Amino acid sequence: MSVQKPNFRHPKLAKNSAEYSRKDYEGAISTLCAGCGHDSATNSIIQACFELSIEPHRVAKISGIGCSSKTPAYFLNKSHGFNSVHGRMPSIATGANMANRDLLYIGVSGDGDTASIGMGQFAHALRRNLNLNYFCMNNGCYGLTKGQDSATADKGSAGKKGAPNPYNSIDLCELAIELGASYVARGFSGDKQQLVPLIKGAIAHSGLAFIDIISPCVTFNNTATSTKSYHYVRQHVEATNTFDFIPLAQEIITQYEEGSSQEVTMHDGSIIHLHKVDSSKDVTDRRKAVNNLEAEKDKGRLLTGLIYVNPDIMETHDIINSTLRPLNTLTEADLCPGNGALQKINEGFR
Amino acid sequence: MKPTNHEHPEYFHKVVDCQYACPSHTPVPEYIRLISQGKYDEAFKINWISNVFPGILGRVCDRPCEPACRRSRVEETPVAICRLKRAASDYKSDSSDFLPEVPTEKNGKRIALIGGGPASLTVARDLLPLGYTVDLYDDQPKAGGFVRTQVPSFRLPEKVLNEEVDRILDMGVTTHFNHYVDSLKTISDKGYDAIFVGTGAPRGRDLDLPGRQEGDASIFLGIEWLAAVLYRHVKDAPERVLVLGGGNTAMDCCRMTKRLGGEQVQVIVRSPKADMKASPWEIEDAEDEGIPIVDNHSPLEFVINEGKLIGMNFEKVKAERDNEGRRKLIPTGEEPVFIPCDQVLLAVGQQNALPFIDADLGITMNERGLPLLDEVTHQSSVPHIFFGGDAAFGPKNVITAVAHGHQAAISIDLFCQGKDLHKRPAPSTNLVSMKMGMQEWLYHSQVSDDERYAVPTVDKVKSLKNRLVEVELGFSKKTANVEALRCLNCDVQTVFDYSTCIECDSCVDVCPESCITFTENGDEEELRTRLLAPADNREQSLYVSPVLPTGRVMIKDENVCLHCGLCAERCPTSSWEMMKFTYNSAQAGQK
Repeated sequence: MSVQKPNFRHPKLAKNSAEYSRKDYEGAISTLCAGCGHDSATNSIIQACFELSIEPHRVAKISGIGCSSKTPAYFLNKSHGFNSVHGRMPSIATGANMANRDLLYIGVSGDGDTASIGMGQFAHALRRNLNLNYFCMNNGCYGLTKGQDSATADKGSAGKKGAPNPYNSIDLCELAIELGASYVARGFSGDKQQLVPLIKGAIAHSGLAFIDIISPCVTFNNTATSTKSYHYVRQHVEATNTFDFIPLAQEIITQYEEGSSQEVTMHDGSIIHLHKVDSSKDVTDRRKAVNNLEAEKDKGRLLTGLIYVNPDIMETHDIINSTLRPLNTLTEADLCPGNGALQKINEGFR
Repeated sequence: MKPTNHEHPEYFHKVVDCQYACPSHTPVPEYIRLISQGKYDEAFKINWISNVFPGILGRVCDRPCEPACRRSRVEETPVAICRLKRAASDYKSDSSDFLPEVPTEKNGKRIALIGGGPASLTVARDLLPLGYTVDLYDDQPKAGGFVRTQVPSFRLPEKVLNEEVDRILDMGVTTHFNHYVDSLKTISDKGYDAIFVGTGAPRGRDLDLPGRQEGDASIFLGIEWLAAVLYRHVKDAPERVLVLGGGNTAMDCCRMTKRLGGEQVQVIVRSPKADMKASPWEIEDAEDEGIPIVDNHSPLEFVINEGKLIGMNFEKVKAERDNEGRRKLIPTGEEPVFIPCDQVLLAVGQQNALPFIDADLGITMNERGLPLLDEVTHQSSVPHIFFGGDAAFGPKNVITAVAHGHQAAISIDLFCQGKDLHKRPAPSTNLVSMKMGMQEWLYHSQVSDDERYAVPTVDKVKSLKNRLVEVELGFSKKTANVEALRCLNCDVQTVFDYSTCIECDSCVDVCPESCITFTENGDEEELRTRLLAPADNREQSLYVSPVLPTGRVMIKDENVCLHCGLCAERCPTSSWEMMKFTYNSAQAGQK
């Protein structure tokens, strides 16, 4: 007998401002291993979309192949979705985004899908600053093929098979900052208090928002010798900051102490209010952001939280000056403006 | 909050809302599960052990379990527990394997039971297997008490009643029927080791209003009238009848009148309809039979013309609450209302009547005219005399009388052995894992979306013609099965082992009811405000774990948990386990 989730929900749970209940953002019951970090990451996406009152039919979920890429089945089952080829999520997302810029794009990928087979795709989506929420559920191993080390497995870390990884790991956050992402964060599936606001910030952000979600693989990589286990991550996290995400048009009611906080206004008018532990950790400066990551790494710590944000970088549509309307709303008159318009264009090249 | 000690027998008992609410603590989910599996004999046996009269209670129980049912907090309607009990009784085989052995060699102790109602019969059933000699005294020709004389046969067929009563009498009760005990002392003088008084609340309240004497030939006390119908002293009713009162007896009276030829039958209630004492389903049944219920009418006088009752005058009232929240009925000041009728049935309450308690016997009475009792042991101020049922603490219901019978039997057994009556046997409890394999449980964990099934009834034309035709047909086996599957298995507990939890949040993520929260500890009031879902039902416990490695605790609000097992299913370390909790109240003779 397969497990079915009951249809009843807590009778006193509130609806959001769009009149949706949290159930409207759920998906099918997970078929991943019990205890998989991806399920918590999935639930954080559900929670963030619910809290932001996003209309489910205005979302497109796109993924590649892997345990992480299965997750779009487990959230937002009233949204659009495309489960693509291994490592090719960014291409599909780019195409979809070019065709209809009005939707909210959630691209889900994993460390194998991103840092190995899809590395080339990843790099170019970053470079173009595509308006995409790129969530990488990173467990440091290939869970779907029985836990081989992935490209993000730390050197010396050993999963269930027991042999320490001999290679250097790829730091996806550093790479993302390097290659042009305009919102870069790292979260931990076991800490929703931090992860949900990070996702909300990403959704409000215009441009490529990359979140590296450390998400332990309970079956193959939750050993005492792994650096991506629940225990290790909890012992070694260092947060850049905690923050409040204040959606557009919501009054700021909290009093912030001067000097200890930094305010970032997002493209859509939302505000991210950062409470900084260390005031030297400026998150709007690319170089400092990379330094912060490296400095914590030297200390044997894993930096989490919002690592870098720049709301002013142009996203792909702005760069290529594409139409503001989804392609399917363009009429024949828009697409064939007539001989006069053609002559005008030709004139421009003379 | 302190970590929950789930090994305390009452912690999980409270989670099984229906069983906890039942005065007799019948293991409801267990027998409902057996019904869903078609095991009617076993379901019946569980009932019989706990509540003694499954066939009777499956029809006329006050069902405190149903308003308590978790299902009514999750959706709208509770599981039809009472009607499922009847299904167990309807579909059981003729086997009598469940009957305990009654030793032929007696233990030498003699017990007298005064009154043959459910409380006394329960005492008899509990004590006979222990070797006691039991004598039963009743002024009626048959045992059953109130259940026989006042519950009409269209609600409870005599056959069902006889079967359940005789089952106990046949265990070896020496009966003294048609024997009115007018002096308890005469019984006491017979040298019984213990006496149990279960004489109920046999007196109907009268209404001393102008015209009462003159109209006496057409004015009856409801319970006496119902008994007269049973014994065929009354065979018909006049055309226009008023039934005064808002309790279940009033409902029985009006429906019976309808069956005896009453054409215009009305129930007149002083209070607003919403405050009526009758069970909602009884009111519904009466209205279904075309009987209007006129509320907010307070009786003023019986109107007599030429020595004959022709109607009654009523004052219109409205209910208001005074400063202390007590309800008061205030006259509206309108003209009195005259309602014509040929007969009046008074069902305005029942009273205890214990005139047979001799003043020199030494039984201390309280200000309500009831014996002063130890509430736990049911012992009166005369050590070998015990009380139970309506005679103990005033009118309640059958299932309460059964619960009293069990407690009194325990007391009598301890008393006859010279033991301390307050050192009572503990309930027996057990926790057994329900895991069978991956995604496989030993219980039906899937939650049914079905709404409550209605019980089919006999054609109204047919049932209104004959008072002996039972109105409800009972569930078919098929309907009983699907109704049984609505049960949320509240006895299958979510048991949490904090020592193996890795705090991965899987249970939190999968729980459909958002019951589980991992957070910093606090005091209960404050904690309830910061759980994932509102936890404002203070009658339901919070299950709190000891401190986990991250410094947080696991808190589970038991309120709307569906017992679906998904937390345990998605837990990678089996820190959550689904375990069946069994709770059986102690009975006489248990250690």
